[in-house]
Amino acid sequence: MKTEDLISMLSTNLEPVDHRRMVRNVCLAVIAGAAAAVATVYFLFGPRTDLTTAESFVPPLLKVALTLVILVPASIYLIRLARPGGERRFPAALLALPFVAVMLLVAVSLQFAPSSHWNGKIFGDEWLECVISIPLIAIVPFSVIVWTVRQMAPTNLSRTGAFVGLVAGCLSATGYALHCADDTVPFFALWYGGTIALCTFAGWKLGPKLLRW
Amino acid sequence: MAANEAELRALMRASLAGDAHAHRTLLNQLSASLRAYYKTRLARIGRSATEAEDLMQEALMAIHTRRHTYDPAEALTPWVYAIARYKLIDHLRGTRSSMTDLPLEDAEEIVAQDDYVGTESANDLTRLLGALPDKMRLAIQAVKLDGLSVAEAASQCGMSESAVKVNVHRGLKALSASIAREKRS
Repeated sequence: MKTEDLISMLSTNLEPVDHRRMVRNVCLAVIAGAAAAVATVYFLFGPRTDLTTAESFVPPLLKVALTLVILVPASIYLIRLARPGGERRFPAALLALPFVAVMLLVAVSLQFAPSSHWNGKIFGDEWLECVISIPLIAIVPFSVIVWTVRQMAPTNLSRTGAFVGLVAGCLSATGYALHCADDTVPFFALWYGGTIALCTFAGWKLGPKLLRW
Repeated sequence: MAANEAELRALMRASLAGDAHAHRTLLNQLSASLRAYYKTRLARIGRSATEAEDLMQEALMAIHTRRHTYDPAEALTPWVYAIARYKLIDHLRGTRSSMTDLPLEDAEEIVAQDDYVGTESANDLTRLLGALPDKMRLAIQAVKLDGLSVAEAASQCGMSESAVKVNVHRGLKALSASIAREKRS
């Protein structure tokens, strides 16, 4: 094929393109992923039953708020990474920042508890369920976002994959927070933070395979 | 590529708005830059000009089908370069096996600096189109090769106008993907 023929084909009857479509599609994918995570938790695990008073809503809302603090910047960086060359103005260490912040939070909150209570605070009643559930719930949001980002053009596939994993992990954790009744900060930080980190790692590993274009 | 960033950017903006003439000019200029980029880099490891042309066309297809990922608020050159570099790395990774044979007699390839002299690539459009699903092939043939309007193509292919648009869009993406896939196998 001659290049001029290719160019001529591509230029014939050119359709206009809306460059804002990209941001919109990532946002839609994140919203769809959130809906999937919440629906999975609601129908498979059931919502928390111990929320009877107005005050009892505070801890779960706090958990949701904390995951959103990671989710929103992560999504913004994901949009950036989905563009060619988007990784240029972006220090990779930024990825570790939310986790470092969360671990600091654990350290601080353990300072205020007697060491005999540490075990209960860290392991809670259902740490294993949390560790298994969050990655499982993340599968659907992860797939939806991967599918969306594949329509774009990331040029650093590992890093983009890691951010897809991070966003999916956060969405999953947000959904799971509606079910999980362990409200202590160390529990939340360690098990939620740990499983979100696990999702990030999985995305980092899967990115080059799944996002190639 | 950096020399005429402002000009290229203006062309890209016009092309995103649907200006076919600007799109053609843009792709012509980018093809010359990309050809020079790939020729020099591939010649260093003893690859042919045809291979550079293949790769350049693959990058050009990617630029076309993924032009919605360009943010008009940003510079165009880094965007193009990122795509070119990505496609080169992907290409080298996929064809690593042949990197062991480096013919010495291809030295003159390095001085082949004339960017506008294109060779014919190994991508066979007729064959690639033939591998597409019928609807996509018909839509691309009518709209992109025969130059019919979307309305004319719709009545000729017996599809709705939006179906024609969707099939052209999907067909070009599939074409872009099959060029990339074919090279690896």
